[in-house]
Amino acid sequence: MNIAKRLLATVAMVAGLGISSSHAADLEVTHWWTSGGESAAVAEFARLFNATGNRWVDSALAGSGTGANPVIISRILGGNPMGATQMNTGRDAEELIKAGLLTDLTDIAKEDGWYDFFADKTLLKPCEYEGKIYCVPINIHSWHWLWLSPKAFEKAGLPVPKDWNEYAADFGKLREAGVVPFGLAAGWPLNGIPQVLLAGVGGTDLWMKVYGDKDAATVRGPEFRKVAEAFAQIRDAVNPAEVVPQFADVANQIMQGTAAGNIHGDWIQGEFSLAGAVAGKDYDCIPGLGLNDRIEGGGDAFYFPKLPEGTDPAVIEAQKTLARLLVSKEAQLAFNLKKGSMPIRTDIDLSGANACMKKGLEILSSPDGLLPSGEVLLSSDTQQQLVDLNQEFFSDKSYALDDYIEAYAKIIEAAD
Amino acid sequence: MAETSIDAAAAPPPSRFLYNLFRRNLSAKVAATPMVATVLVVFVGCTLWTVYYSFTNSRALPTGDFVGFAQYERLFAARRWNVSVRNLLLFGVLSLVLSMTIGFLLAVLMDQKIRLENTLRTIFLYPFALSAIVTGLVWQWIMNPTLGLQTTLRNLGWESFTFDWITNTDMVIYALVIADLWHKTGFVTVLMLAGLRSIDDEIWKAARVDGIPTWRTYLSIVLPMMRGVIITTLVIVGSAIVRLYDLVVALTDGGPGIASEVPAKYVINYMFSGGNLGQALAGSTIMLAAVLVFLIPWAIIEFRPKKER
Repeated sequence: MNIAKRLLATVAMVAGLGISSSHAADLEVTHWWTSGGESAAVAEFARLFNATGNRWVDSALAGSGTGANPVIISRILGGNPMGATQMNTGRDAEELIKAGLLTDLTDIAKEDGWYDFFADKTLLKPCEYEGKIYCVPINIHSWHWLWLSPKAFEKAGLPVPKDWNEYAADFGKLREAGVVPFGLAAGWPLNGIPQVLLAGVGGTDLWMKVYGDKDAATVRGPEFRKVAEAFAQIRDAVNPAEVVPQFADVANQIMQGTAAGNIHGDWIQGEFSLAGAVAGKDYDCIPGLGLNDRIEGGGDAFYFPKLPEGTDPAVIEAQKTLARLLVSKEAQLAFNLKKGSMPIRTDIDLSGANACMKKGLEILSSPDGLLPSGEVLLSSDTQQQLVDLNQEFFSDKSYALDDYIEAYAKIIEAAD
Repeated sequence: MAETSIDAAAAPPPSRFLYNLFRRNLSAKVAATPMVATVLVVFVGCTLWTVYYSFTNSRALPTGDFVGFAQYERLFAARRWNVSVRNLLLFGVLSLVLSMTIGFLLAVLMDQKIRLENTLRTIFLYPFALSAIVTGLVWQWIMNPTLGLQTTLRNLGWESFTFDWITNTDMVIYALVIADLWHKTGFVTVLMLAGLRSIDDEIWKAARVDGIPTWRTYLSIVLPMMRGVIITTLVIVGSAIVRLYDLVVALTDGGPGIASEVPAKYVINYMFSGGNLGQALAGSTIMLAAVLVFLIPWAIIEFRPKKER
């Protein structure tokens, strides 16, 4: 590793000699935005960064968060850091910070007044460690959306529900009308659903008690039971043979009216807009399941790894330039309009936003609109255990509700 | 071997000993050094590292404190791990027995001096040229009830046809076996065919003169003579089974639920997305131990001094 580091440093120095006069630098940026809408969004950042005289060297990684994040972490750990990278916030990043591998951005944040213009102070929370800031949040995504198909409800002769309870009560009638009551894609799309139910059906207090205080007694209580029952309701409404391969297929089902609804993250809107569907007409959206006016918002964030000693100062300067640029009004507007996510600041003109994004922005601009994200409150180890449990419960219709609650409580008990 | 024992009897002076150690067959020793170093550092070193950190509470980075068997206690209490182990055992037995049997039978059929043998051999070997990921994806589409075989046959008019193993918790492991057999049986066939061809024609002539039926010749004479090929095939197929991962990821991703999880996937999940190195390494240590349980007795039998010769 040492030899590799030295080699890298030498290469960086030689490269630095060549371009130090122009005082601009190439910056390798890794990310996992590879789908159509995503790469169009990230190209906006690249365009604005190139306009500063530096050069954005794009390294898109395959495999999204679960595939690319480990690659990024192992590159940083292995002494071969990139100039900047998208990375999941949370405990993994925290360990990299502890190991001193990431750049401290506190000075930039103070100088530019990030705490003043960020829409919600909690947005910076995931980037903070011991009072210092180590990453740049660039957008807000939320799982907490219920997507409904007006066409499907019309087919079944039912009014479009206003909240989760009305929707769940319709499951039987929808099935009779030949409509799939709850569209579901195989694999990971299931993983977000239980936490949306926790915040929606259970409410903000339950969310904080279970995820924040890790109170197992609450899990065994009557409030959480309702959440588990709602999850079991979805389980019983879904026929495993009707599960489709990709979440894009669920978007299709909703637009065509073959499935009545789905709980999924707001990135599903990318699929709707790709197909030219109109919010409020071809599909409907209800934040917080219509039961809770606070939604969880987690976003994507950029980190700037510490570069090996002897790196050209121009590259380090370019890192700072990029950190500033990512949260600028211009970049926020350009990026989020393409990405379909909400911007981290509300002081920009978003007349181009659709009906659903406006609903989200309304929640965002109210004080305390954002729930602290589960990704921050729970370690990734605990999250993985919950995923395993939820997957098992959902696939096995004979799995008793009491056993599920007990297993859930045990995981929360052991959480750290 | 014989030479060294003579040297030892003559009790060489130290300089001679050093000469033997370093200079004798120098080129061979130099050539072997990278391999020896790789084995020591990569295999033995990393194995020891893995076992050591499985006794710590390390999270994303190997920095944890020693916690004894806590990771193992959690591992064996985890339902997902236990399902994984059960799946691997079932899959392993089925895959090993079926691929060896079918592979041998196909090889015997192709050994009957048939026409187009080369073409058939190529066709049989083709699936093995695909990666497990591609195999998994292809079979995922074929077996997906909303896209593949089931929908096709229903659209053709066979309304009651059902083939939904991939979405059925009880049957999904057999779906994996099907895809796996398609992938590697051809490879086993080709190895077995090479083994059959290595049998001297004289043996066949002798068997025929003695009036032994063909099936009996295969079973009692040819098969035992193919011991080397069979053991090689067993080792290759067996090690592929233990590290089964990519096929599962592409075909089912462990689903539905956790019904088709395998140990290697548990290890990878907890190492990366779970960020729990200690737990993951405990899992991989158990996988290593399981392999050693089979490997050590085999090695003892295989490499013991052969007195009868």
